[in-house]
Amino acid sequence: MKRTNEKIAEQFPTFQILNEEGKIVNEEKMPNLSDDELKDLMTRMVYTRILDQRSIALNRQGRLGFYAPTAGQEASQLGSHFALEKDDYILPGYRDVPQLIWHGLPLYKAFLWSRGHFVGGQMPEGVHAMVPQIIIGAQFVQAAGVALGMKKRGENRVAITYTGDGGTSQGDFYEGMNFAGAFDAPAIFIAQNNRFAISTPVEKQTKAVTLAQKAVAAGIEGIQVDGMDVLAVYVATKEARERAVNGEGPTFIETLTYRYGPHTMAGDDPTRYRTKDLDEEWEKKDPLVRFRKFLEDKGIWSEEEENEVIERAKEEIKAAIKEADGVPKQKVTDLIGNMYETLPQNLQEQMEEYKAKESK
Amino acid sequence: MAQMTMIQAITDALRVELKNDENVVLFGEDVGKNGGVFRATEGLQDEFGEDRVFDTPLAESGIGGLAIGLATQGFRPVPEIQFFGFVYEVMDSISGQMARMRYRSGNTVNMPITLRSPFGGGVHTPEMHADSLEGLMAQQPGLKVVIPSNPYDAKGLLISAIRDNDPVIYLEHMKLYRSFRDEVPEEEYTIELGKANVKREGADITFIAYGAMVQASLKAAEELEKDGVSAEVIDLRTIAPLDVETIVESVKKTGRCVVVQEAQRVAGIASQIVAEIQERAILHLEAPVLRVTAPDTIFSFPQAEDVWLPNHKDIVKKANEALNY
Repeated sequence: MKRTNEKIAEQFPTFQILNEEGKIVNEEKMPNLSDDELKDLMTRMVYTRILDQRSIALNRQGRLGFYAPTAGQEASQLGSHFALEKDDYILPGYRDVPQLIWHGLPLYKAFLWSRGHFVGGQMPEGVHAMVPQIIIGAQFVQAAGVALGMKKRGENRVAITYTGDGGTSQGDFYEGMNFAGAFDAPAIFIAQNNRFAISTPVEKQTKAVTLAQKAVAAGIEGIQVDGMDVLAVYVATKEARERAVNGEGPTFIETLTYRYGPHTMAGDDPTRYRTKDLDEEWEKKDPLVRFRKFLEDKGIWSEEEENEVIERAKEEIKAAIKEADGVPKQKVTDLIGNMYETLPQNLQEQMEEYKAKESK
Repeated sequence: MAQMTMIQAITDALRVELKNDENVVLFGEDVGKNGGVFRATEGLQDEFGEDRVFDTPLAESGIGGLAIGLATQGFRPVPEIQFFGFVYEVMDSISGQMARMRYRSGNTVNMPITLRSPFGGGVHTPEMHADSLEGLMAQQPGLKVVIPSNPYDAKGLLISAIRDNDPVIYLEHMKLYRSFRDEVPEEEYTIELGKANVKREGADITFIAYGAMVQASLKAAEELEKDGVSAEVIDLRTIAPLDVETIVESVKKTGRCVVVQEAQRVAGIASQIVAEIQERAILHLEAPVLRVTAPDTIFSFPQAEDVWLPNHKDIVKKANEALNY
């Protein structure tokens, strides 16, 4: 007899549209995207792959600070983002910088955030997003609040938030989904299951067969998606968004994906906890490879086009680094000034102290 | 003017701000239909509707996160944590998130949250209800911590807290909720955050206190008056930021000082005050600055609570030590 765990898991089969060969396996769910939109999706993934490669190189040269590699997760990150509208609100984890960039955060600010400069946390007017979250899961409870606010205002907007497989073990993960469910708030919760929380495999995070089934406990919609299939992620998110703005409540999406690189550039060595075989198995599922095949079969993508994107990415990254370098050095007096709307006495005194120290 | 208890003054302040600003929303465990376990939100859901005053699922971290999310959408959230001993469940939302949002966003995001919560000893609660945990809050940069000692202050300080664009932890001493009434104006008024109040002027010694210890200090001052001692009593009203100027000015005048807190002794508000005084007024001191606090145990079980809590007799005793130094 099957246990409850397995029976529930059966209700969460992996949703896929494009298989590893780039063939459509789910015609019925094929989204109605124009050729330009499909090419735009590919452009974003190629651009982000280059950004990841350059970021790793810049980090090694000491020209970037904290960096969490993204290669392998482009379909999960950018497919879900592609389903959003400009006014939707993103609550990212620290690996979810690509979504912020495509939502309107200028590249030089992303670099400043990585370097630990306060200007990197200043979202431009009209970019609806929070600074990437460091505490695993904290963004989930906040997303419930953002979404409840949108509902109270009667807006057709959604809040979307991201964590990883490890994040689904946090109390805030459940509290956030439960609150959003109880309030029927327009929220989309995404766990990018890249199989490892730093080194701990997902099998050690939970006894649940799928992460998606965790939606059941909160009474909200849940779906498991092939996170290497950009079209499947796009469709799952688009449908979640439609339900959310129609007042049908939140959705939890698990995307099955993989990060090719280390957890962050701060000394993590994945060979300590992952095998080469596993890496290779997942590289075969690569989101860019399969989407490229799909677009080439359609006759709307070529190597020349891809090279143009790569060159443009490299140029823009170079320019953004230059722009970041040109931003005035951060001072302690800046930090003091950013603590409160009106400075209290203790900080006023400390402001004077550090003004003197910094003018030397 | 009306005679109000502190709990009535708090309800009144909430009503004033719900009326004034449609972005003010009240939420927490049992604050809607039930009007809160102490009736602080009594009648407010009926008056303003479920959209403005509502119950949440039972999870403090969720309540904190909800407040942060709502604040990003232009609301002025007033969440209630049912008892402040439950604050550990929401520490990340408070210290890790709302306190840091302005800083993290390079001064572009306001967090106009007023987190209300009852605390304080003398009412024989189960564990984790009465603890004085204000020191944890005061140590967190980015927060303001307000503790009223009477009905009049409670209303004016709460209105100011709700209007403030930075997160305010507003702590309500349970013993003070219904222990006495004050004249409280029915119209709105504010009391500036971060400013202490000289409750009683005196020349010989300064008592510095907040919350329920203000009443104890006033009682001690009356007792000492019988012996011809003139004690000044300062009610801090806000413990973060501290009104160092008022403290130092008083101590320079009297030359002697006892700092009173209901919390345990180690690393508390009183210690900070003693440090500020010795840095700024040591040459005016006639005696060491002394402290009256609870002992460094976990908050007392109810059976020993009356002895564990500092009282006016402890203050008189310490005052005499300072006076006879």
